[in-house]
Amino acid sequence: MNLLAVAWEYWHQSFFILFAACAIGFGFGVLLSKNVVRMAFYLVLSLGSTAGLFFLAGAEFVGAMQLMIYVGGTLVLLIFGVMLTAQKDFINMDTHTQDWILATIVGGSLLMVLLFAAFGAEDWSKPQDLTDAKIESTKEATPLGLALTGIRVDTLGDSGDAVKQGKSGYLMPFIIVSVHLLVVLIGAAYMARTKKLSRATDDKSSRAKLMLFKMEQETEQLEEETYVVTHRGQSALNRTDSQDE
Amino acid sequence: MILIGTVSVSWYLAVGASLFVLGAVCMATKRNLLGVLMGVELVLNGANMNFIAFGSKVLRPEGSLGLDGQLIALFVIVLAAAEAAVALAIALNFYNNHNTVDVDRANELNG
Repeated sequence: MNLLAVAWEYWHQSFFILFAACAIGFGFGVLLSKNVVRMAFYLVLSLGSTAGLFFLAGAEFVGAMQLMIYVGGTLVLLIFGVMLTAQKDFINMDTHTQDWILATIVGGSLLMVLLFAAFGAEDWSKPQDLTDAKIESTKEATPLGLALTGIRVDTLGDSGDAVKQGKSGYLMPFIIVSVHLLVVLIGAAYMARTKKLSRATDDKSSRAKLMLFKMEQETEQLEEETYVVTHRGQSALNRTDSQDE
Repeated sequence: MILIGTVSVSWYLAVGASLFVLGAVCMATKRNLLGVLMGVELVLNGANMNFIAFGSKVLRPEGSLGLDGQLIALFVIVLAAAEAAVALAIALNFYNNHNTVDVDRANELNG
């Protein structure tokens, strides 16, 4: 109960610890799990926790976009890829031991360098007084959308040269990203289509043609036999008729 | 308990660095093509975390990037979606042609 009261007072820190532990822990789950389906699930949880950290840092719009585009779009795409390729040989794939050793050494040293840099600058590690931090609605969606069309309403106060010349908007990157997305989606649809002349389908179609040919031959034979049988029967009948007379 | 009262940009950078390193190691060690793609997603998220931390007005009242950090983070998210679509198309093409998703067997371009 006492712990809960402390956590209530320091809610920002508590949620930071929770989300950071989830993000890094499920990141380890992605790395250490051998089953590719479980890896996809851990990745969903890790990216969701990252979205929680974005909310905590005051970037609500980006956090919502992270949930919608990343978790709702990109990861669904990845999971479809997993389902389309999940044959029994490829669900569990072991990593070679020497790869693990090398990757741990390189990754550990890279992490040391990055942590040293992160905690090295005094300006960055200066703690903010977040006790009694309040939730404020920042109303960021409108400035973000206007910045994408080249208008920066959030920096109207400081009249630097960059703002005056209209250089601080993001209209050009926005257009480039739009065209890039269009090209990428057309290219992806073109590359992932099923080919009609691949070897497997060709084999199947030739086998089908062969079967059709055999069936046609058999029907011809059957027709011939029925013709012969009916003819003989008719001639036999005719013969009995003539004998009767 | 040590952390209480001391959340700063550095801690966000530490989380971002951890995600980055986890993704990079994942990219290096996984033999499944889709596992490599998941490593790429983790790396991009680690980088995004840095942009958000530097752009946050809560963590840095003075000298924060402001909206620029969030805008770059949005561009990163969109480009990651595009990258995932293309990489998945390549992966499916590779699977259709070679009947495997093992990256060690994608060595036809060896000189």
